[in-house]
Amino acid sequence: MAPRGRDYTRAVIQARQLSKRFGDKRVLEELDLEVPRGGFVLVTGPNGSGKTTLLRLCAGLFAPTAGELEVEARRGEIGFLAHQPLVYSELTALENLDLYGRLYRLPDRRERAGAMLERFGLWRARNERAGTFSRGMLQRLALSRTFLHDPDLLLLDEPFDGLDAEGSELLHTELAERTAVTALVATHDPEALAARATARLALA
Amino acid sequence: MSAYAGDVAALARKDLLLEFRSRDTLPAMLLFVVSALTIFHFALPSGSSERAETGLLWIAIVFTALLGLTRAFAAEREQGVLDGLVLAPCDRSAIWLGKTIGVTVFLVLAELVALPAFALFFHPLSWDLVAAVALADIGIASIGTLLAAMAAASRARELLLPLLFLPLAIPVVIGGVGASIASNPGSFLGFLILYDGVFAILSWASFEYVVTE
Repeated sequence: MAPRGRDYTRAVIQARQLSKRFGDKRVLEELDLEVPRGGFVLVTGPNGSGKTTLLRLCAGLFAPTAGELEVEARRGEIGFLAHQPLVYSELTALENLDLYGRLYRLPDRRERAGAMLERFGLWRARNERAGTFSRGMLQRLALSRTFLHDPDLLLLDEPFDGLDAEGSELLHTELAERTAVTALVATHDPEALAARATARLALA
Repeated sequence: MSAYAGDVAALARKDLLLEFRSRDTLPAMLLFVVSALTIFHFALPSGSSERAETGLLWIAIVFTALLGLTRAFAAEREQGVLDGLVLAPCDRSAIWLGKTIGVTVFLVLAELVALPAFALFFHPLSWDLVAAVALADIGIASIGTLLAAMAAASRARELLLPLLFLPLAIPVVIGGVGASIASNPGSFLGFLILYDGVFAILSWASFEYVVTE
């Protein structure tokens, strides 16, 4: 049964004439976008075209300069993967996920943290500080954090960035298992997710 | 323990653990406050008034706090962690309260060294002075953490934080010096309690708007 207060026929993300400027710089201009529930939209475009800005707007980290943006997901239901891993360098991989698990109110947070680290191939490095990780390991940790709370809406910024072949495969597997998730994925390599994509948005 | 208190405790514990491992902030605060008191000791002419000596202690405390506050959100800024915390479904004021507790602990630890050093260099401590310092810590950490979060989002953070913080710290110095030397310090201590209450509530209520655009 669907929880009360949520319309499951509505689009998860709906943007109308959405604009974002930073001072005089126009980053997004009058963008219309509709991402239906279960939709998997790839956002492409050159550097500076506003891909990251669009994700941050959808996450609620930026406010639009003009236009309307409705996101049918609460804070705890969003999985946000940014350029930065959003983890503390001085905490271990396990401590980072444990902290997020606590803040996301996960009842079985330690088990989930361990399971996510295992899934992304970081179990052996679970007690090492994130600051000692390579770029690829940090990306795996960031992915573990993103998927930790089983989000309904994924906002992924260059998810394959820094991943080796094994890491990319692990991410493909993770996404393949999450068939019901709605996703907005900014990428410079749309072919990597072409099979999963339901739509593409090209920003200029 | 309520979920809110649990979040605050987890965030405060995390800050203490980060400092225990990195030792970025507290050693600098300790070095600064002891150096400042040592310099004041030799710079102040002998026979100076108690008011002047106590004033210098408060200056040392305010600038030591400022040093700690400039590092308050360094770990969050480094890897963009503040975005992760803001997106978590916990009450965002818990982030402020956890950080404020961490800042207060660092300040108290710095003062555990600074106050005996002050007693050694200048004059014995009074209970009124200790009470005033304890009350001032709460106010300084409350408003200072809010301002540090505002400054962390700015490119000119090293300049912005002192510009915002120092004018708001002046009442703390006035109340602190007054409570330390007045024959009837009650009204000054009351003023510090009022300052703590007003700025703690303001900071708690407004933190959410500071960390989101």
